[in-house]
Amino acid sequence: MEEHAILEKEIDKGDFSRGGEASSELKALLRKLGINNTIIRRAAIVTYELEMNIIIHSEGGNIKAAVSSDEIFIYIDDEGPGIEDLEKAFQPGYSTASDEVREMGFGAGMGLVNVKNYSDQLEIDTAPGEGTSIKVVIAIK
Amino acid sequence: MKLADIRDILQLQPLVAGDDELEIKKACGADLMSDVLAFSQEKSLLLTGLTNPQVVRTAEMIDIKVIIFVRGKKPPVETIELARTSGIYLYMAKKPLFECCGMLYEKGLKPEKINKIK
Repeated sequence: MEEHAILEKEIDKGDFSRGGEASSELKALLRKLGINNTIIRRAAIVTYELEMNIIIHSEGGNIKAAVSSDEIFIYIDDEGPGIEDLEKAFQPGYSTASDEVREMGFGAGMGLVNVKNYSDQLEIDTAPGEGTSIKVVIAIK
Repeated sequence: MKLADIRDILQLQPLVAGDDELEIKKACGADLMSDVLAFSQEKSLLLTGLTNPQVVRTAEMIDIKVIIFVRGKKPPVETIELARTSGIYLYMAKKPLFECCGMLYEKGLKPEKINKIK
């Protein structure tokens, strides 16, 4: 199925005050497309967790989203530092976040767990010292 | 339960006042935003001790309509502004989180269903 890009946003490292803007924009765009609310909510949660991950953990990156007639695609690219231990990153409760981030209600070790839970397909390409690329597919049922 | 009932039970102070007739079906109490996102299903009220703007963003993502800040915590102006633009209602309760949740539960407000972790 052909993908149509609907969103592209740069996300700055440490920019907590704007955290969630891209996800909010995506949510509004998906709503305009008339997609079912449960599906929109899943896409919003996934994008928001990944957006906060870029802000919290990376050196900056971008979020792109696209739709086809039956799927939503979310693409994340960041400029490092990569995920040290991917297996651990998927353990509920495992976190490398700072106290400052935890005080904001994040870094509880549920981010990637949530992403996996709400995705139909999840691909992660990462290596320590390099960037992280993530592709999420959510079916529009 | 109507928002007006919740307002009376917890003696809420409005920060961004909402529609009294709004029906609140499920609620959750949490300070961890990822937990709010993790167990998100059909709830419409969040009680929390966190007051930063990310609380409003989190609510927005999962269609929570009302946030109650517990223990008399007043959120910063950025949080209130974001709630206004996102159409989310904000209230403040004097009592702590456990007590607020308990009072609403006792009056019949039910918790959300919890999603299984894959």
